[in-house]
Amino acid sequence: MRPQTSLLMCPPDFYGIEYEINPWMDLRRPADPERARAQWRALHGTLTETLGVRVELLTPVKGLPDLVFTANAGLVVPGRFIASRFLHPERQQEQPTYEAWFRARGFSIETLPEETCFEGEGDALWLGDTLFAGYRIRSDIRSHQAIAAMLGCEVLSLELVDPRFYHLDTCFCPLDDRRALYYPPAFDDYGRRVIREFVPEPIAVNDADALRFACNAVVVGRDIVVQSGCDALEKTLREHGFTPHPVDLSEFHKAGGSAKCLVVWIPSRDDRSVPSVLE
Amino acid sequence: MAMVSDTVELRGHIIDSLILPKVLDEIMTLGGTFEIVDLAVGHRREDPSRATIRVTASDADRLQAILSRIGQHGAVPVTGEDARLVPADLDGAFPDGFYCTTHFDTWMSREGRWIAVERPEMDCGIRFDPATGRAETIPMHKVRRGDLIVVGHAGVKVAPIDRSPERSVFEFMASSVSSEKPKAVVIREMAAHIKTARAAGGKVLVVAGPAVIHTGAGGHLERLIAAGYVQVLFAGNALAAHDIEQALYGTSLGMSLDAGMPVDEGHEHHLRAINTIRRVGGIKQAVEKGILRRGIMHACVVHGVDYVLAGSIRDDGPLPDVITDAVKAQDAMREKIRGVTVGIMIATTLHSIATGNILPASVKLICVDINPAVVTKLADRGSFQAMGLVTDVEPFLRALAEHLVPAMSHGVS
Repeated sequence: MRPQTSLLMCPPDFYGIEYEINPWMDLRRPADPERARAQWRALHGTLTETLGVRVELLTPVKGLPDLVFTANAGLVVPGRFIASRFLHPERQQEQPTYEAWFRARGFSIETLPEETCFEGEGDALWLGDTLFAGYRIRSDIRSHQAIAAMLGCEVLSLELVDPRFYHLDTCFCPLDDRRALYYPPAFDDYGRRVIREFVPEPIAVNDADALRFACNAVVVGRDIVVQSGCDALEKTLREHGFTPHPVDLSEFHKAGGSAKCLVVWIPSRDDRSVPSVLE
Repeated sequence: MAMVSDTVELRGHIIDSLILPKVLDEIMTLGGTFEIVDLAVGHRREDPSRATIRVTASDADRLQAILSRIGQHGAVPVTGEDARLVPADLDGAFPDGFYCTTHFDTWMSREGRWIAVERPEMDCGIRFDPATGRAETIPMHKVRRGDLIVVGHAGVKVAPIDRSPERSVFEFMASSVSSEKPKAVVIREMAAHIKTARAAGGKVLVVAGPAVIHTGAGGHLERLIAAGYVQVLFAGNALAAHDIEQALYGTSLGMSLDAGMPVDEGHEHHLRAINTIRRVGGIKQAVEKGILRRGIMHACVVHGVDYVLAGSIRDDGPLPDVITDAVKAQDAMREKIRGVTVGIMIATTLHSIATGNILPASVKLICVDINPAVVTKLADRGSFQAMGLVTDVEPFLRALAEHLVPAMSHGVS
């Protein structure tokens, strides 16, 4: 049997707010470990039981509170793992753990030039054959050039301008080949023009939903796992024929992440959603 | 005025992602002009394009500002070109056209490799040592004939200038400096950042003026020193002299700090204090002999705080510890800032500016003064990580000490 597309997640055993590297983090607003565990289990359950997604687990490591945010591990394409180069020293320590996991499963580990920063699927999302990539807050644009060369695909670089939306996956979410959610104020004018030009049906998310991490959703076919309480967005998704699956991930918002930040896709070669340029 | 120019290259999907028009717009917005020397457009969508752009500006500062800015969008001085090294032809001066540094992280290219420039400091040059393969900033006066100095912009790159860690709080404070801000909140934030810096092993530098003593705030600073929240102190003769005057006579500039009244013969106290220290050879000796038993300088000696006292033209004495050669004082300060991650500048303008000039951009600055103009000037000195507060020194230090060293606590070890 050929391997199926799966997700990688990391249980939040050692998750907590131990430093401040984005505007959401505040050492005086610690995460509740019990609630965080329950919320993470609910997300895991929705993905595995309700939606039937295969989820692999990474063993948590003490002292690496953000290892739960596996989206930032790197960018995974069939058989290859392009490892992140984190901006902050706090998160650079996560890298060996991710690399070891992928190496042990036979992926070729590919590294970016030393002077670049790149934070994985947090800043790189596929829409069709095009990789949309965020830069300037965490990843830098030169990492995009390197990835375009490695994968032989088009990479559209979008500048992120609001520190609250510091990764592309906090303000942009491809739904299928034609549609993507996006929060316009998180981009500059050029970025908004690029989205309107290259996404046939862009769907703008309102302020209230965006600040609830509406764009940080996990898309499984027509099913969208999204933070609960994003009422306007849920209605819009239904109108477009999608089924929202709300989960509450408020404990992870304290670190600046929600559903999408907690998973990274491991696409298999036979997955129809894998960009054709990678085949 | 002579125009200056440099050539940059932009690669990638720069047309579809509108990066090329953005870079060209930014060049013009910042007052420069451009010429597209070469443009190779990819044939298929997935093929990258490449643009070679000559950027021209009225002066080197403006060109540097433009290059820093467009560097964030991926425009880099033409690749394959090493930094140009020219041997210094004189002691104490750079070759003409030397690369003038910023206080941001900087790299120079050498045989196709990027070498990090050690000790980022603004307004210096870059010296490359072929024996060790290392590059470092060097102030003008330290140049020796034969030193290899980087000339021109080619082969030099500067790190993205903002979006630094923990930016949010500092950004919030740097947005403007106003006496209307809720001081308690601001000071609490400052205390939290000092704690975080210490927990991470960073050193805290305090730059303080004599108003700390005159306003009766010396005791608060002493508490912070004793509790391990200060590792380096920069000041002038006045702070140390009045601190010692207070320790020996209970007055500051002849005013009783307890009664708030001038005392008889009080105007002589600071001179007698300085003389006492000069008679034993220095502050450390006075502490060792049991002459100096309290105060900030006493605390520095007892707790191993590194201090640099820099002289000025109006100093009395001065104390033997004061470095009266301004250039030597700068060099002494440069040595002591290694490992500093937070700088607190209190009620001093020139010392604070001098310190701001030598600190890398990664150091967070906390600037406190009663004069809004001073705080603005310091907070705006090119640092994206400055918090400013307009207030009197005494309540600031009292509140800070209260947050970091609550009265019942014995502080950090």
